[in-house]
Amino acid sequence: MEASLAEVLRQVTGYIYPNEVELHWSVLIVLYPYLTGLVAGAFILASLVRVFNVKEVQPTYRLSLLTALAFLIVAPLPLLAHLGHPERSFEMFLTPNVHSAMAMFGFVYAWYLTVVLLLEIWFDYRKDMILWSREESGLKRWLHKLLTLGVFDLDAQSLRFDRTAGRVITVIGIPSAFLLHGYVGFIFGSVKANPWWSSVLMPIVFLFSAIVSGIALMLLLYMFSTLLRSKALDMVCLDKLASFLFYALIVDFSLEMLDFIHRLYEAEESIRILGQLVASRLFVSLVVVQALMGTVIPLLILGIVSPALRGRSRGLVMLPDELRRLLYAGAATLIQIGIFSTRWNVVIGGQLFSKSLRGLTVYKMQLLGGEGLFVAGLLLLLPFVILMTLIWLLPPWPDQEAEVPAREIEPERQLQPEEAAAIASEA
Amino acid sequence: MNGETTRHDQPPTSAKSGQMWGTSGSTSRRQFLRTWSLAVPAMLLALRSKAVAIWFTGETPNYNAKEHRYGMGIDVDKCIGCGRCAEACKNENDVPREPFYFRTWVERYVITPGDTLVDSPNGGIDGFPPTTSEKGILRTFFVPKLCNHCEDPPCVQVCPVGATFSTEDGVVLVDQDYCVGCRYCVQACPYGARFVNPKTHTADKCTFCYHRLVKGLQPACVEVCPNGARIFGDIRQRSSPLARFQRMRKLHTLKPHLNTKPKVYYADLDEEVR
Repeated sequence: MEASLAEVLRQVTGYIYPNEVELHWSVLIVLYPYLTGLVAGAFILASLVRVFNVKEVQPTYRLSLLTALAFLIVAPLPLLAHLGHPERSFEMFLTPNVHSAMAMFGFVYAWYLTVVLLLEIWFDYRKDMILWSREESGLKRWLHKLLTLGVFDLDAQSLRFDRTAGRVITVIGIPSAFLLHGYVGFIFGSVKANPWWSSVLMPIVFLFSAIVSGIALMLLLYMFSTLLRSKALDMVCLDKLASFLFYALIVDFSLEMLDFIHRLYEAEESIRILGQLVASRLFVSLVVVQALMGTVIPLLILGIVSPALRGRSRGLVMLPDELRRLLYAGAATLIQIGIFSTRWNVVIGGQLFSKSLRGLTVYKMQLLGGEGLFVAGLLLLLPFVILMTLIWLLPPWPDQEAEVPAREIEPERQLQPEEAAAIASEA
Repeated sequence: MNGETTRHDQPPTSAKSGQMWGTSGSTSRRQFLRTWSLAVPAMLLALRSKAVAIWFTGETPNYNAKEHRYGMGIDVDKCIGCGRCAEACKNENDVPREPFYFRTWVERYVITPGDTLVDSPNGGIDGFPPTTSEKGILRTFFVPKLCNHCEDPPCVQVCPVGATFSTEDGVVLVDQDYCVGCRYCVQACPYGARFVNPKTHTADKCTFCYHRLVKGLQPACVEVCPNGARIFGDIRQRSSPLARFQRMRKLHTLKPHLNTKPKVYYADLDEEVR
């Protein structure tokens, strides 16, 4: 530790306060906004189906919900791993400082996990779990029975209630998703000591980049999962996803540019050191990866290929399906890398210059160790492992959705004599 | 905080009292009575004195935090950059010796036309290397830095568990048994006054030597400053060196635009100092 700090000290340019040699928020804190952004983005995509009736992206609805849950489960882990005293973390719930933005994390998180995601998934899957459990055996049967929480009603009224409840929860879920990620932006945007972070735009920029990253992730997951299942890709769904991705990216890019121009035009006392920061320490991750690779190139690809601009499922340039989806996958991957860079540039970038505004420092990422690259990689893989488990337990594919038998929907209806005879003969 | 207030509470060694017993070995009864008739009232008197009481018990009788509001004045032109304050602070408060952890440090400013060079090698503890050239220097000076014990401290605002807090006597402290080590306070401090102690893994910062304050003593950095560049005291008291400093000098605080209302006041502060 001391050796690496001494190494950092040698690479400092200009003057930094002596206590700034140690960089306090590591790559794990980069993961935190990245993961919660994916949660919020995936949920917003699901709400497009549920609330805004965008029928084209229906195939991604349940997958989006499970993805949001898988990433939300992992989201607090990097925070926990980074604490100096993780064993005291429960104090944030027991004795929170109500003036602290960070103390609200537990409550925002608990609200989103239980009230929004778990409830919505439960209402959406309840009927399937009942019907699946009837035809299954062993562990899965018992798990599905257990997860219904003993509510086995399948009559028309119950199913209608499931649908209404799901819809209401999604409506509550949209502002909650905004809250979840806008709040993460607020954590940084409200630090007045740090001119790189301190901006009222921060929560909004975070929000739109979250939507961008969520849609891009779902596009990739939908393509890969369909490929793995050897099913045909729904090109209408992909085109629609690509169009939404394009629109969200346009808004995100505009907000980023607004922030950039605003800073440049105001030219406060920090402008000189921030200019040096962007031109030197952050040049690759901000200018090359975030702006060029993660934003401009995907915008061009999506603008030209997807039906976003021309509409009626025709792009500016008509390309065969195979090439189009390859380009979509490429653009979504670039966006994903770009958004990770965005988080990096905010979290790490905000600590690479001194609050004396007189010098720049460096970040030496550990390879092993509690806050190293290895742990970060594990925490990035973990959501996918959880997602696979969730998919095993609750298959999100539309073709596996269970149909409720008609006679269970209306059990109170008097059977017509011929129907009764037919059932008797079947038996 | 408990650990900090009790760390320096060992009773003093009683070398002098040992001598006194030694001399009474072969005395007559009269001499014995004469000695004690003077010594006992003297000791009783002494015990009534606050300083001696603290010296013996390590506790501060009747210390009422509400009666105080501490602050520090810094006379920039008096600082000679010897770094004794930073050294004394590390010794007094058991601050890790590595050059990345400081509760107080001294900065040197060398201002030439068009450029300002700032340095603080090892917080100024080992002194400063000579400037490369005397030519073209407009002005040069030293500035001691420490926690500003702000009236509106952003670090206290952001602490998720309330482990860092403002005391009634206006000192910002960290409860090391409660801090979760999230480092949000370090990010929120505009002055770089906080670090995370590598031994405790909790936030660490200047306490104005709170364990000394409650005994009526001065912070270690103030005590050792050979030139009186640091003036410590109660900002509400009418007659004190700090009150006089506040009356007689034009004062500045650091980064006033952030509205943190620091209680460390600098006289003759240059605009280049941030």
